[in-house]
Amino acid sequence: MKDGVNGVALAVFIFFFLVVTAMGFVAAKWRRAENADNLDEWGLGGRSFGTWITWFLLGGDLYTAYTFVAVPAAVYAGGAAGFFAVPYTILCYPLVFTFLPRLWSVAHKHGYVTSSDFVRGRFGSKGLSLALALTGLLATMPYIALQLVGIQAVLDVLGVGGGSNWFMKDLPLLIAFGVLAAYTYSAGLRAPALIAFVKDALVYIVIIVAVIYIPIKLGGFDHIFSKAADAFAVKNPETGKPRGSLITGPDAQWAYATLALGSAMALFLYPHSVTAVLSSKNRNVIRRNTTILPLYSLMLGLLAMLGFMAIAAGVKVKNGQLAIPQLFADMFPDWFAGVAFAAIGIGALVPAAIMSIAAANLFTRNIYKDFIRPDATPEREAKVSKLASLLVKVGALIFVLTMDKTVAINFQLLGGIWILQTVPALVGGLFTRWFHRWALLAGWAVGMVYGTWKAYDTPSATQDHFGNTNLIPFIGEKGYIGLTAFVLNVVVAVVLTFAFKAFRVPDGVDETSPSDYTADAGDAGVRADLPTAGH
Amino acid sequence: MTEPPMEPPERAAERGRPGAGVVVPLAVAGVCLAVPFVAMLWVGSYNRLTPAFIGIPFFYWYQMAWVFVSTALTSTAYVIVRRLERTRKAAAAAGGEQR
Repeated sequence: MKDGVNGVALAVFIFFFLVVTAMGFVAAKWRRAENADNLDEWGLGGRSFGTWITWFLLGGDLYTAYTFVAVPAAVYAGGAAGFFAVPYTILCYPLVFTFLPRLWSVAHKHGYVTSSDFVRGRFGSKGLSLALALTGLLATMPYIALQLVGIQAVLDVLGVGGGSNWFMKDLPLLIAFGVLAAYTYSAGLRAPALIAFVKDALVYIVIIVAVIYIPIKLGGFDHIFSKAADAFAVKNPETGKPRGSLITGPDAQWAYATLALGSAMALFLYPHSVTAVLSSKNRNVIRRNTTILPLYSLMLGLLAMLGFMAIAAGVKVKNGQLAIPQLFADMFPDWFAGVAFAAIGIGALVPAAIMSIAAANLFTRNIYKDFIRPDATPEREAKVSKLASLLVKVGALIFVLTMDKTVAINFQLLGGIWILQTVPALVGGLFTRWFHRWALLAGWAVGMVYGTWKAYDTPSATQDHFGNTNLIPFIGEKGYIGLTAFVLNVVVAVVLTFAFKAFRVPDGVDETSPSDYTADAGDAGVRADLPTAGH
Repeated sequence: MTEPPMEPPERAAERGRPGAGVVVPLAVAGVCLAVPFVAMLWVGSYNRLTPAFIGIPFFYWYQMAWVFVSTALTSTAYVIVRRLERTRKAAAAAGGEQR
């Protein structure tokens, strides 16, 4: 790591940070409705976003700073195994195409703001809805914390925040977060939607330049991959195993496939994905987005290549998270390194804002309104949600500042496993009312306990706990724990549904009707009070 | 366009009796959406180094190429589904107030 502060890069970084800060505050006035004191406005941007805004918003939301740092870091550390992010993001779009338009329709028809709202309406069960809301909150919090880890990595390489005094060390992060909290509070979802334009533009420029410029400087992909192959072949003196490989080992193919599939199933059920999807203005905006969002998947693949380039460039870091920022610092002229760092830094702000809004909506709708103040007015809901978004961010900040980074990473891994356990109730509920609410709750509980226990019990590459693949019962291959837990979850839900139906255990009331799931903006009965609705 | 059927196809589908002109396109759309799963989850089919493309091993460029293939497939499914929905809406409008 370079000593001292990189002045030019830092100046460029600060410049972009100031630009997005200004945009964040201006966003409060962007496409604003007359009556803005409700969750549809603050928490869903007026449900008014068209194809392109949704594209930037979802892209900015799903491909986070942590993704930029972690995917190449995984490739840097072990090669092929880290590349599962590409099939994962390929597979999620056919899934989105199939089920999210139905969620959009039923949410518009009934004014649902969160996915738990839908589950409550569909199954008439506040308990099931609460379980899913808590799962979402628990999975989102460490994810926000990880965005901070992404900013920290950049600040580290920039040479700021490395002082011995803890206050000076964390001050840059505190400032960045304070500003983020302020404009999210005032502008709601409109702030990240507007900033996402800058973020994605920067990210695309940086990656395109990186995958052309760096290989030329390093002597071509041939050279990069042969260097990487050499590095991976070196055996670890402690374990006697090679560091990694350029293709997945014969016993790792199940793990590769199940990780891709399980992660794809979970991605769009995260509260922040649902929030972005529900903010779009009609059904086809989502479908159209499944045909243009894969551009980000391609970018992710190129980004993963940077992991190999870091090896070939001789980047040596103890903390793999720093590999890519360090590669940028080593390879690029200072001013462009500043642009690259700004891309990562802003890349953390957008998802952190959306995640905190999504978590706040969950708290407000499915805990505060359902259990504490059922008579809350829309104004009150918006106020509570704004405050909750602040609390969520402070929580994430404390998490990062007081605990070791690996805690956040472990929790994020668990978060993926947990979110997968909401699939039967959510996706199942979108297509059928056959499941019994308590069977779904029991399946969820079994999946949560099994997944958490198994993950704790599994050693990972760097520690004794929190691995993500283990033997799949009955199959005998190693696979993604989250997916195994999901299968168990479904089995329990199906068996108990039969049992509850046989004993005529009372089922909840379904407030939705079949046609609600295909309704579109402009149809009779679909909320038409949208500020810029229409085709 | 032919005269609208007795009821909109989608509603018929919900009762388990899909209209005749709907099954085939829906099946094609379904296949389009399913193919990427077969291709990507069958890791053995692409788990090798050669042939390389501009120095990038097969394993990597093949999966990145699938980004384009799956995008084309999803787009096809989108066109099909949108056409079906338009037909349904037109049929519903021609049939007057149905609800």
